[in-house]
This record gives sequence, C-alpha cells and structure tokens, in this order.
Amino acid sequence: MTDARLRVSFAGPLVTFQDAGRPGHMRFGVSASGPMDRLSHTAANVALGNAPDATAIEVSMGGLVLECLDGEVSLSLTGGAFTVDRSGDMFDSWSIFSLSAGEKVTIRPGASGSWAYLAFAGTIEARRWLGHTATHSTSGFGGGQLVTGQTIDITDASLREDRHGTIDRPGFLETGAKMRVVLGPQDQHFTPEAVEAFQSSPFALTDAFDRMGVRLAGPTLDLKAALSLPSEPVTRGSVQVAGDGVPTVLLADHQTTGGYPKIATLISEDIDRISQLRARDPVAFTAITPAEAIQTTRATAAVRNGYLDAISHPKGTLSQRLLRENLISGVITGTDPDT
Amino acid sequence: MTSIFPSFTAVADHALLVQLGDDISEELSARVLQLDQAIAAAPPSGLRETIPAFVNVLVEFDPLVTDHIEMETALRALFDADAAPASEGVVHDVTVCYDTDLSPDLDAVAQATGMSTDAVIAMHLAGEYRVGMYGFAPGYAYLSGVPKPLQLPRKSTAIRDIPAGSVLIAGPQCLVTTLKMPTGWSIIGRSTTQILREASDRPFLFDVGDRVQFRRIDRATFESLSSRGAS
Repeated sequence: MTDARLRVSFAGPLVTFQDAGRPGHMRFGVSASGPMDRLSHTAANVALGNAPDATAIEVSMGGLVLECLDGEVSLSLTGGAFTVDRSGDMFDSWSIFSLSAGEKVTIRPGASGSWAYLAFAGTIEARRWLGHTATHSTSGFGGGQLVTGQTIDITDASLREDRHGTIDRPGFLETGAKMRVVLGPQDQHFTPEAVEAFQSSPFALTDAFDRMGVRLAGPTLDLKAALSLPSEPVTRGSVQVAGDGVPTVLLADHQTTGGYPKIATLISEDIDRISQLRARDPVAFTAITPAEAIQTTRATAAVRNGYLDAISHPKGTLSQRLLRENLISGVITGTDPDT
Repeated sequence: MTSIFPSFTAVADHALLVQLGDDISEELSARVLQLDQAIAAAPPSGLRETIPAFVNVLVEFDPLVTDHIEMETALRALFDADAAPASEGVVHDVTVCYDTDLSPDLDAVAQATGMSTDAVIAMHLAGEYRVGMYGFAPGYAYLSGVPKPLQLPRKSTAIRDIPAGSVLIAGPQCLVTTLKMPTGWSIIGRSTTQILREASDRPFLFDVGDRVQFRRIDRATFESLSSRGAS
C-alpha cells in the first residue's frame, strides 16, 4: 500500500468532504451534515470495498477537476447523472475507474441530479470535527470545502481492478416529482385552503438551493392568524413557511431551531430525492400517516441493505469475469476429457 | 381543567415533538429540562437524540427500531414516574469587554433605554442568565435573563460578518457568538470565553439549563486572553 496525491485543478462552489455525518449534537446547534444523498454516498463506498461511512467528496453542479500528481488509486463516482472525462476517456457516473500519476479526471453535471459522490480506494486525509469529516457548510467545520489549487492526500491508496466497471444503480427508489410527507407539526396554524393547496398544487425548486435547504415556488401558504412561536427544534426535511407564505425544505446543514411554523416534514427517503432535483424541477407533496411513513422506511431499508450487499462484492478480474460468464452459459464443455 | 400538555406530534418517520406548553417561562424551561434529563437517565429503545428548546423537546428515533406510538408510550411512562426536579445547572463565568470599538450598538441601546452606557453595562452584568437552548449555528446558546429595561427589539436589518465572541442582546435573550455570522441583534461587547472549543472532550461549554454570570474585563485583560485564545 502506498499513498496517492491529487491536485484540485478546479473545484466549483460547495464541493465538500463528507463522511456519513455527525449525528448527536443537534442540542448544541449542530445539524448532522453528511451527504445530501445518503444512499449514493454509501453506494460509492461499498462498491469500492470501503467502509460504508468513509469520507468521500460530494461534487456539486459546479463540477470538479482533479489531477493525479503521485501514485495510483481506484475511484468510484455515484449520485446524479454526472459525466466523467478521464484524460479523454468519457463515461457516466455509477462507475469505478483508476487514476494514475499524470492523469486528470473532470467531473461535470450531466442530464440530471445535483450531487455526485467520489470515493477513493484508500483514506482521504481530511480534517475532523467532533470525530467526523462531514463538512458543515455554514461554519466550514469538518473536512471543509475543496478549493482550486489544494492537494488531497489519499493514504493506503490502492488499485482495485476487480471492482472496475459500472455499478448497478438503485432501481428501487420512488421516482418522479411526488414527495411523501407527514403533515405537521404546525399544520393546524395554516388555513384549510393552505393545507389543501400544499397537497394538491404543483411546486418547483428555486435556485435558492444549498446544503442548508431549498426554497420552493408555488402557491402562497397562509396562516390563520399572525403567529409568534417560540423558537423550537427543526429537523432535516422540515417544510417551514416564512412570513411571506413561501415554503423552504430544510436539508443536511439545516439550522437546528427556528421560529417559523412547519406545515409538514418529508420522510427520510424523499429528503434525499428532493436534494437530487434541480432548480425549476417540479415537486408535489402527498401526505401519509406516521404509521405509513414508518412502514415505508422499514420496507425501503430492507431492499436498500440487499442492494448495498449485492454491489459490495468484487466483480473479479477480467479473466475471472470471463470465466464466470462462460461457466454460467455452459460454453466450456470440450475441455473435460470425461465428456 | 385538564392540561392539553404534554402533547405528542409525529414528525415524519423519525421523530416526536413533545410540547410542554405555549409560552416561554422559567417554569416551562425547568419542565423541559426535567424531561430531557429523565430521557437521558433512562433512554427509551431506539432513541437517537433529544433537542430541548424553550417549550418543547424534539425526540429523534431510529424508525427501524421503534415508532411514534412506542416512543410516546415510553415517554409518557417517564412523565408518570414523577421524575426528580431538574438538577441545578452549573454556573459559568463569561468575560465581556465593553470597549467602544467592541460594542458598536452600546450607544444606541443607551439611547433607546434612556440610560447612560455605564448604567446599561451595570444592568447587563447584573442579569441572571440561563441557557434556554442552542440553535441557529454550532454553539449558539440562547441565554434568557436580560433585565426588562434592556429588552429591545431586533434591529430592522442584519449586519454582516459580526466577529466570533460578540455579545448580543435582543428581547429577553443574550447570546455570545461562536462564528463570524450576520446578526440583527444589538452588539454590546466582546467576550474571550470560548463556548465552542475544538480539541476538547467537552466541545460545548454549556449544557442547556446551566447559568451564566458575565464578568467585565478591561482592554488589557481582553487582549491578553484573546492572544491566548482561551479564558
């Protein structure tokens, strides 16, 4: 095992180091941070043979260009439909590939998705805060934001050629604009028309979208009466409505408390799905009961674990793969002298 | 009349908001703290974390282990168990230097309250502060207890890039900032006390419920404590 060193030739805004997040400190004003799309982050790691919560780079739509200065390392890219240009070799995200000294990789947003995850076979050296490298973007604590010109060290870098190739995408997630919410905890303060409009009208993401949250465009959601709530805890997925009647969905780096009423809260799976949409993409909200929300999450978790287990096994070297395919299709028959 | 509190409201698939009342009061803060401590002493199965605030506690749980109904049952049992009163919080000494360049809004506060700046400082120092909750940003502890005459509304516009350590007041609350951030609160001084401490086994100085006593320091002390990066 040796080390690899990379140079950031270009990093767009909000390209950050993220491990799986820093839960447990909300009482001190610290949201968990971690990847905006948690499943893609885990997939990038396990497909490469890493621990599921290892540090990876979250690439925003600003894109990222890395140049390998020293050593060689395998990388995986998952998340949105981003494109990869590896020294002239073009392919899509959900791939595992290598990068060696002198080679350059350019990651750009493609047809859809807002965030991609770049994991390395080895350990990314990144600053920790409270035991985690997850970057809390508003404070800059944790691994931090990548800046053009900096170098990144990967310790124990390795080539894992038996894993190179494409990664199966998770096919089990809901798709489309429909997001599932549980109403509340303050839906009672809104007019019945507002609660109805929230569930029946189309909304769209706006470009007021960062790791803290995304503001929506759509019908104004009015309160029954002027309201002054004591500031109270908010959570990832809270749909808070400011005084102007405009809803904002809180995301990975959300404030931990706020005084705006929350008309609804997205279920965990759909927080990550809405995070992968882009400005002007449509969304619509469907209310489900708390029991249905739990049921949905448990069902998804079982399928998710099976998927992650399936992609975590090496595909084998090229010759191993050819051999396996031959055995499966039963082509090799003439070599056995007894037949 | 039977109280509607505590009330339990489901939050998505992973939390329960336990409401103990409507309006901020010392008595309600003590009940929030009591519940928070009771949960910490006997954590229900599947508990992830609790976030105590002024009138409620958010209880985050693992939906693969428990659900809203089980968690509500477990929390109701804690209420019924006649929990011990919340423990008295620790008293923390927090420095503050009121020099003019560190307290850009002190004159405006004096004008708005009809007091001299010395009287404003004396009254701020005399306040009995308690940590009501953290929020907004890492280490931002909202302290209740600003004396009545000093309770002023927020400024109409926020000022950007207020340095870490700024001592702010708005309404009944006081706050010592931990990061460079915008604020619409009145800036009346600067502290050298680090509430957010990197490389520490106790990264946040206060627990919710702790008490704070401000202590005035002069410029020389401020500079010397600032250069040491701690107090």
